[in-house]
Amino acid sequence: MPSRGLPYLLLLPATVFLAVFFLYPFTQIAWEAFSGPGGVTLSHFATMVNYWKFPAALENTLLLAVAVVPLQTAMALAMAVLVSKLEKGRDLILYIFTIPLGISDLAAGLIWFAIFQQTGFLNSALHALGVVHTPVIWLGYQSKWVIFLAVMLAEIWRATAIMLVIIVAGMGLIPKEYGEAAEVFGAGPWQRFRRVTLPLLRPSLQTALILRTILAFEVFAEVAALGGTNLPVLMGETFHWQFDLQDGHTAAAFAIVILAISIGFTLLYLRLLRVPKGAGI
Amino acid sequence: MSDNATFRRRGRWLTGGSVLLLCAWVLGPIYLLFLNSFSSPSAVTGFPKHWLPSFNLDSLQFFIEFQGVASALWNSIQVATLTMVLSIVLGAPAGYALSRFEFRGKSLFRIMVLMTRAFPLPLLALPLAVMYIRVGLDDTPLGLALVHTTLALPFAVLITFSLFSGIPVELEEAAWTMGCTRAQAFRKVVLPLVMPGITASAIFAFVISWNEVFAASVLTVQHRTLTAFLLTSLDVSPLPLKFAGGFVLVLPALIFIFLVRKYLFAMWGIANR
Repeated sequence: MPSRGLPYLLLLPATVFLAVFFLYPFTQIAWEAFSGPGGVTLSHFATMVNYWKFPAALENTLLLAVAVVPLQTAMALAMAVLVSKLEKGRDLILYIFTIPLGISDLAAGLIWFAIFQQTGFLNSALHALGVVHTPVIWLGYQSKWVIFLAVMLAEIWRATAIMLVIIVAGMGLIPKEYGEAAEVFGAGPWQRFRRVTLPLLRPSLQTALILRTILAFEVFAEVAALGGTNLPVLMGETFHWQFDLQDGHTAAAFAIVILAISIGFTLLYLRLLRVPKGAGI
Repeated sequence: MSDNATFRRRGRWLTGGSVLLLCAWVLGPIYLLFLNSFSSPSAVTGFPKHWLPSFNLDSLQFFIEFQGVASALWNSIQVATLTMVLSIVLGAPAGYALSRFEFRGKSLFRIMVLMTRAFPLPLLALPLAVMYIRVGLDDTPLGLALVHTTLALPFAVLITFSLFSGIPVELEEAAWTMGCTRAQAFRKVVLPLVMPGITASAIFAFVISWNEVFAASVLTVQHRTLTAFLLTSLDVSPLPLKFAGGFVLVLPALIFIFLVRKYLFAMWGIANR
């Protein structure tokens, strides 16, 4: 069979594509961020760090991830366990739970904007309950924590589904016999979850956490829809420098920061949730 | 024994209640967006809000007729379709190669594909914006589709890999012994079996592109996609425009996710490996 070269031929288009549109652009980002008129320079990073919104942007981005990701992990695990307990309607419930997977972050931002804006549904509900008489401005610049909370809710609402899907897929790979054996030995539901399901779920949890945390650092459109410029985040500032200020160098410096924390957290998860070789299912 | 039975019954109620609550949490906000999109513009800006839709189409009509919306919609469809085609054309052969052959460099390729997911891909738009101006791809649907393909390609490779792995090599071998060439066997035996899955992964690529905001906003100026249009006009657009826009953005995604729901778990299951 003359097929020694065939696999390479089949991989060629995808490889060339990724080299041109994935590997090469990342070297370009680094080049943009570190290059100046006189060679290698850190001046773009200095510009970035001295920009008055930079500390707030970094802080908000990290805080959002820290506030959102653990809650999502817990929720996704709970939802996956609930679904596995259902006797009927399992497919329908799973479909409903995964609907937000198809919703863009911008649309999610607009959806929660409909709730929090001044004449929105939150004020209407409070009005109907007699709590407020005139609509409250929730998303104003004086109330940053409400914007933060709204973005948090929008993120949890939209992006828990991606973790759920990965975890449900992972649970499907765990043989039922393991849980049954634990039950025979007298393990209760909580113990079975803690001692059997969770450890076996480690590869899926790792994937879900890496993916979700990286996406959390990219939070952008929800913030734009809910807070405008009142809640600076890294991705928003990257966009601002690239698009409004037309300064590609400083935008690239922001990009390097996002890249660095993404890679940092990926390595952290790979270490913390290390899957011993041969211990997988 | 009866204690145990009540315990179990209570557990069932708890499960059912939690599931209902979570369904309301997911569907409630979508309902509110739907409510706003099907109310008249004056009801959208009015207070307090009504909790039932009036099925007034003025907001949606206002949105569709708004300057730039029709072309933004058309651009979104073009970019998403190009992304869909590109990611399948590039991804499916790679998925097939990974599932059928053992060769040197296989794990290297897999690592490269998996690596793409450890990077914030929309940032690629920054250097590409410069590169595109040089080669004349700036502000074109194709230019943006190429960035979106980097987002969708890893999924296409992994999904098609799992699809092809699910089809026994023996089927292909049987066709060869009956005189088919490799290409014929692929076309007549394998392709019909994987077509539904390929369609699903194509649809998924479409949705990824349709929903993407950052790269779309950086790379388009005159030819804005719907997400880029909505994002860059957030400061100036009236409420009915925002909500009707949000609704138009959500609707196709809802339908598409429904169509591919069977494959979602299979593709993430394999993505874990």
